[in-house]
Amino acid sequence: MRKTCLDCVYKLAKEDPRIVFIGSDLSPGLLSGMQKEMPERWYMEGIMEQNVVGMAAGMALEGFIPYANTIATFFTRRSYEQVAIDLCLHNLPVRLISNGGGLVYAPLGPTHLAIEDLATMRALPNMTVVAVCDADEMTRFMDVSVDWPGPIYIRLAKGGDPIVSKAENGFAIGKAIVMRRAGAHRPVVFMTTGVMTTNALKAADALKSDGVDSSVVHFHTVKPLDKSAILEHAKDARLVVTVEEGIAIGGFGSAVTDILVEEMGPAMPRMKRIALPDAFSKNYGVQNDLFDVYGLTPRQIAATVHNTLDQYKLVA
Amino acid sequence: MASMLKAVNQVSPPLDERSKYLRRLIVRALDKGERGHIGSSMSLVEILRALYDDVLRFRPVEPKWPDRDRMILSKGHGCITLYVMLADKGFIPVETLDTFCHRDSILGGHPESNKIPGVEASTGALGHGLSIGVGMALAARMQKRDSRVFVVMGDGEINEGSVWEAALSAGKHKLSNLIAIVDYNKIQSAGPTREIQDLEPLLDKWRAFGFAAIDVDGHDLPQLRAALQSAPLERDRPTAIICHTVKGKGIPFAEHDPNWHHKAKVAPDVIAKMYAALE
Repeated sequence: MRKTCLDCVYKLAKEDPRIVFIGSDLSPGLLSGMQKEMPERWYMEGIMEQNVVGMAAGMALEGFIPYANTIATFFTRRSYEQVAIDLCLHNLPVRLISNGGGLVYAPLGPTHLAIEDLATMRALPNMTVVAVCDADEMTRFMDVSVDWPGPIYIRLAKGGDPIVSKAENGFAIGKAIVMRRAGAHRPVVFMTTGVMTTNALKAADALKSDGVDSSVVHFHTVKPLDKSAILEHAKDARLVVTVEEGIAIGGFGSAVTDILVEEMGPAMPRMKRIALPDAFSKNYGVQNDLFDVYGLTPRQIAATVHNTLDQYKLVA
Repeated sequence: MASMLKAVNQVSPPLDERSKYLRRLIVRALDKGERGHIGSSMSLVEILRALYDDVLRFRPVEPKWPDRDRMILSKGHGCITLYVMLADKGFIPVETLDTFCHRDSILGGHPESNKIPGVEASTGALGHGLSIGVGMALAARMQKRDSRVFVVMGDGEINEGSVWEAALSAGKHKLSNLIAIVDYNKIQSAGPTREIQDLEPLLDKWRAFGFAAIDVDGHDLPQLRAALQSAPLERDRPTAIICHTVKGKGIPFAEHDPNWHHKAKVAPDVIAKMYAALE
């Protein structure tokens, strides 16, 4: 997904002279083709995220569309004020390609785990937050990213993620995609973002074999959130389950809850948010190990759904 | 690289009528707005006057003219002086100064570029302007424009680490179209800079980051003009101009006094004394 995203920057830059790439001391040889072909629009800055975001803002004020790239925690923690003021207050078309969303950097520990990025980025006025589920969807997103008017936080997954998206579903920023539609009345409805969509699809298969029918609605855009899709699918749901690779506080599930509470009131369905707890990670290993620690594997997601259905006596 | 200008430990020339007039407009905004960073604005008057009167290329009727020079007031709290210059040049009506900090005014306590014609970037959180200036200077290079980018910073402001990230970057990119200006009035919010966070040796710092740097008397217009008009001081280097100034300049009872960094609800008799000092 990361390589696809960066390759897209090069491809789009060939077609559009407004596009600029700015890296922050990542990966020797990164986009070397672009560096060779259009050196004036390829920048590799040092370890200076505040400056990278500020200079991207300066270029955007002059009509350029900068795609900046570093590790997600550095953009979202180190340069939060620059993101808030230089990008969001000015509402500039800067794209933050953020490596290692969620638990990707498991072996590197809490300094590199982007667990609250969805919460902090979506809290900023004018910010758009995107977490696609696979490399194919990344390509479709990148095509429409160019002319999007404001800043975009692009959360990248690990790479080599299974392809679950389909070209025929297209891509529009802010529009959710139904990945799996339950046949039964009053289904379980998964609402997911990023690669958790893939895990939820697998969980849905497991649940189906246990006799529990479920839909999976993929929200590649966490902000602006597709309110009508949430309400349409929540209307008949027995249980809404949100799954995200990030903390519950202020995250994707929290955003979904806000909409359900305000729009449906007492008529809202039962909800279960599957998300990270309010804590820094105590473990290392690989991303899948941390999925296991936090109950984000497909098997665990399915078990949580069963338990929740039992708890609220929602078994059909 | 040695300073081609006069040594700075000198008595600044007395303020002329135009400098007094501009300061009276600052007092007017302070009075009508019932607040303002007065000390930080008064130290800045000759710097912005020299820029807007003699250096910057701009068109008030076409604020976004592509070939204009860019001026970013990175020390956004000095905005009253910027508003006064923009009013003086016709970007905004002079009467707009009377709305400073009012609920529906375009003129807030920090400048916003989406509201005020002639303001290049919204500033106020310190240490942002130089990076934005680096981006604008690189943009001018990419677009093959000969626009220059002037970034005016406060001395307290350059405590911020992000300023030095931007300085590294400007040096690396040999941004000869970027001019960093420091309003070195020696007083930051909590007290004297030499006590709170000493900046010396300041010229050496900018030079070490790849800038051609000089210092001038920031209230001496011929010195300021000469320095600003001669930028870039060296080929392939960004320029830093350290302007030695006096906080609260022109109001004797406010000069050098950290308590005049920001004032709210200044009493009418004190306003009258400020006007009297500027007659």
